[in-house]
Amino acid sequence: MSVKIDTDKCVGCGRCASVCPGTLISVENGKAVMNYPKDCWGCVSCVKECPCCAIKYYLGADIGGKGSVLSVKQDGEILRWTVEKADGTTEVIEINRKDANKY
Amino acid sequence: MGKLEVKEFNTDVLIIGGGTAGCFAAITLGGEKDLKVIIAEKADIKRSGCLAAGVNAINAYITKGYKPEDYVEYARQDAEGIIRNDLAISAARRFNKVTADLEKFGLVILKDENGEYVARGKRNIKINGENIKPILAEQVRKSENVTVLNRVNITDLITDGSEVKGAVGFSVTENEAYVIRAGAVLIATGGAAGLYRSNNPGFSRHKMWYPPFNTGAGYAMGIRAGAEMTTFEMRFVALRCKDTIAPTGTIAQGVRAPQVNASGEVYETKYGLKTSERIYGTVMENRRGAGPCYLETKGIAKESGDSLLRAYLNMAPAQTLKWIESGKRPEEQNVEIEGTEPYVVGGHTASGYWVDTGRETTVKGLFAAGDVAGGFPQKYVTGALAEGEIAAESIIKRLKNRIVRNPDSGFDEKALEILKGYEKALDDKSESLYSYEDIEEAMQKVMDTYAGGISAGYGYNEKQLLAAGERIDKLSVLAEGLKAENMHELLFLYEIRERITVCRSLIAHLLARKETRWHVFGENLDHPDKDKNFEKYVNSRLSNGEIEIILRDLVTGETYEHEASEVS
Repeated sequence: MSVKIDTDKCVGCGRCASVCPGTLISVENGKAVMNYPKDCWGCVSCVKECPCCAIKYYLGADIGGKGSVLSVKQDGEILRWTVEKADGTTEVIEINRKDANKY
Repeated sequence: MGKLEVKEFNTDVLIIGGGTAGCFAAITLGGEKDLKVIIAEKADIKRSGCLAAGVNAINAYITKGYKPEDYVEYARQDAEGIIRNDLAISAARRFNKVTADLEKFGLVILKDENGEYVARGKRNIKINGENIKPILAEQVRKSENVTVLNRVNITDLITDGSEVKGAVGFSVTENEAYVIRAGAVLIATGGAAGLYRSNNPGFSRHKMWYPPFNTGAGYAMGIRAGAEMTTFEMRFVALRCKDTIAPTGTIAQGVRAPQVNASGEVYETKYGLKTSERIYGTVMENRRGAGPCYLETKGIAKESGDSLLRAYLNMAPAQTLKWIESGKRPEEQNVEIEGTEPYVVGGHTASGYWVDTGRETTVKGLFAAGDVAGGFPQKYVTGALAEGEIAAESIIKRLKNRIVRNPDSGFDEKALEILKGYEKALDDKSESLYSYEDIEEAMQKVMDTYAGGISAGYGYNEKQLLAAGERIDKLSVLAEGLKAENMHELLFLYEIRERITVCRSLIAHLLARKETRWHVFGENLDHPDKDKNFEKYVNSRLSNGEIEIILRDLVTGETYEHEASEVS
């Protein structure tokens, strides 16, 4: 269970490091670094916090991960979740924070 | 001190842990402008504790046509009678009030055309809980008398033997130690995960139900301070979606998906629908060769599938990712389920500090709320909020009456002793055979094998528990010799020590309840049936290094006060 940080996109703002409930991320030389990938809970707080969509969440191979990554872009109240699949296709689900779960 | 800069604080109230209960207590205390309040939080209150990822519903709400007493009765039955009536009813009466507060703070709650909350089943209401923690944190920030110390990990309470005087900790990122004197301390650190080997012990070892960062620190510091604990032996095991360890309630209640075995037979009715029975049934079906077990979502409407994909993004995105990645949506395949490793967590079972109705522990001036407080199973988020509020009110009463403090009771010497422990671990440059990870792995293996973990089908007998106790004691010695390269490693080092302390108490509790009152949670293979003699609370207290077990009668009234002799 973990995240991958795209260093090309990362601007080193440190917001991910500040929200990580495990203090697993730090900023080194202007870029965020995931220091303890095996200790990640998978809460995706950092993914939601990142203003540059530089953090992508994936499932470990041991729990059935097949190479797809999940990221999210915030646009006001809208969370635009994007799954980039290993075959190059993408799937997007938009969620309005003002909408309650139907279940 | 050599390496560490010591930061000292004097405050009226110290809240240890800025999760659900801690934040709500701080918000309540925010109304008392003349009180100085500090929250010490080892992460950042914006996303810390078990709500970091969000929550799928409000699971404890008094819906139309029901009374708080009905909720307590449900919780009592689910827990087979082991519940504190006073704690449950006092919290249940506040469920709807704290929910209204949450909505006022900005939580989105689904309403019907008449403006009424939409119920999910008898006791739940539907929300968008993805940002519940940032909402609470924002409200804390508005309280001017509350100071938040993020990235500060408290390790020890300082007491004068009977009354709490403050606490000591360290920064997890800077070379700093914290010494905090307080007129009252609220412990709100959450429960304990990581005691047992998890479902996915390799790369995804932390893909667990409960946050892996909740290590049982609050229990451990209370145990060491001589506080009485209750019902650790009622462990919690969650029924989860396999691999992603995502919640199953949303599927089971949302689309009414039954539990089926590999042949498609519905088995949940065979074993019962109580929380523990749903897992027990799954274990038994697997054991008799009828697994894997599933929630039957195949064939639900496409719109229902859509709603599930969305609902999981708001609380457990791994499951949505898994559905999409597999190329089969919820309506196209059943969701495989499994039980998690056991946890000690007072928000779901009755484990935790033994408190009075006002949530004061047996250490004077030390209060407990949320997952760390015992006696009220099924308290969930609203129960934790209610307890935060009740504890805050008790603290206000205590401080107003100034029943507080003999100012100097050897505080400095005690604090210094603990700070020396930090420096020793940081300064020790000798070669070490074992790392904190090695000790953690060993502890989890012992608990899994001998104290009823997943691989043991959650069962244990006395001989196994004694073997577990012996091995845990040896690991405790090894853990004392661990060293740390930096502040984060110091955190890891203290976390493993905390877990070992909790394991020792847990084993003592499992040994003491010589019956099986709850399948899975406490599956005593020497005593496979319920025993009327154990319609009691199993409590414990550390005294002269030994865990003393105390059996207490059930509390059925609406108030409970500690007897003078109970207070340490």
